[in-house]
Amino acid sequence: MSGNEAVAHAIKQINPDVMPAFPITPSTEIPQFVAGMIANGEIDTEFIPVESEHSSMSAAIGSSAAGARTLTATSSCGLAFMWEVLYVAASNRLPIAMAVVNRGLTGPLNINAEHSDSMGARDSGWLQIYAENNQEVYDNFLQAYRIAEHPDVKLPIMICQDGFITSHAVENITLWDDATMKKFVGEYEPDHYLLNADEPMAVGPYAASNYCMEAKKAQTEAMKRAKKVILDVAKEFEELTGQSYGFFEGYRLDDAEYAVVAIGSVCGTAKDAVDQMRARGLRAGLLKIRVFRPFPAEEIAAALKDCRAVAIMDRSEGYNAVGGPLGAEVTAALYRAKSHAEVINIMYGLSGRDVRVEDIEQLFDNLVKLGDGEQVYDETCPYLGLRE
Amino acid sequence: MSNLKPYERAEFINESTPWHQLTDGLQIYEPATSRQFHTGEWRTNTPVWNTEKCKQCLLCVPYCPDSSIPVVDEKRQDFDLDHCKGCGICAKACPFSAITMKEGK
Repeated sequence: MSGNEAVAHAIKQINPDVMPAFPITPSTEIPQFVAGMIANGEIDTEFIPVESEHSSMSAAIGSSAAGARTLTATSSCGLAFMWEVLYVAASNRLPIAMAVVNRGLTGPLNINAEHSDSMGARDSGWLQIYAENNQEVYDNFLQAYRIAEHPDVKLPIMICQDGFITSHAVENITLWDDATMKKFVGEYEPDHYLLNADEPMAVGPYAASNYCMEAKKAQTEAMKRAKKVILDVAKEFEELTGQSYGFFEGYRLDDAEYAVVAIGSVCGTAKDAVDQMRARGLRAGLLKIRVFRPFPAEEIAAALKDCRAVAIMDRSEGYNAVGGPLGAEVTAALYRAKSHAEVINIMYGLSGRDVRVEDIEQLFDNLVKLGDGEQVYDETCPYLGLRE
Repeated sequence: MSNLKPYERAEFINESTPWHQLTDGLQIYEPATSRQFHTGEWRTNTPVWNTEKCKQCLLCVPYCPDSSIPVVDEKRQDFDLDHCKGCGICAKACPFSAITMKEGK
């Protein structure tokens, strides 16, 4: 099934309470499939058609505060239109799940895979988990509420996949048993909720400057605590399914001297390139980031500690004139860990630009030169596959 | 409310509360806590009630946006200046010129 169908199947197995949503390519199919399941009587989720993404996230906030297990789905400009209220969801500590089908922000106007939408929301206080393929986005969505609703966390979560490349491409995946997943996800029982007549409450009160810093510190500590919860939930999921998940996947990384760090569907291509380079005798490896928020900085630096050269691949322009967000954060992690690796940030795949195995093989060839101290690039973040 | 931890009660939340003892999202789990929060502090004009001119018609009461005109036994009382913002609507609404605005708190 397609990645969108996989997410919809996870939603069917979870049977959440409320889904406000507004269609936008390439995520439109997700609310469409859910609406079909509701019409067929397969689930009893309350679907709220709204007039915009600002409204879908606002309705999700109201629903979650009321005590309902809530979700929505969006892409690109739809996510950007939620901007203001994303922060409201996170600061009110509401465990909303959102299926994000990554697509570039306009402009130029384009509908294809890019990470500028969710990367733009990287500081909004939402957890972010990314997938390489359809199986992963299905499995990640099944784990979403267990992480978001955990008493140590209570934060909203984005489950991200690459637009069209996984959302629409069809792959064989393994679906888990309904009853097992229903038991794994469990019921949502919040301590405090607006519809509790026995406890009138206020959500999102005005906070003067003598309260805001303390609230933000508490929120960032919840993000730190999410690390343990993410690993605990992954372990439990593995016991049920055999699927193993962590903060990231190291592919032939243990003894690697040259590594590529990337997020999302490009990692499938990168694995082929790693195999090709290994066949040629190069100790090549891949670090595929699954969890971007919270950012597992120390763990990433530890996994890359023996590398001579590292290429950090961004599918989102930072327009800061030095590179992209993943490049900045991984480089900072390596600096704090006193890494001696040569680092290059690579901009690739913008607006759905194809990446071939040969492109990444060539990148590994350049990493070898970089590791030998050669001046390979004349800028901090060269573009891969650019016409020059 | 009975399940609240002591520090989750509004009466114990103040400007000395450390970050780890504030509620998640600064949520408040009790009704009517605004009574404890004196929002009238930033008032720059103050209504003055002339009891001789006042006919107790109570028209000012529903006009007040901050419920700062208490009523007891169908008679209005003096202003609740802990919560009055000094907006002056009551003075405009009064048909008997029994409310005037003075500058300052």
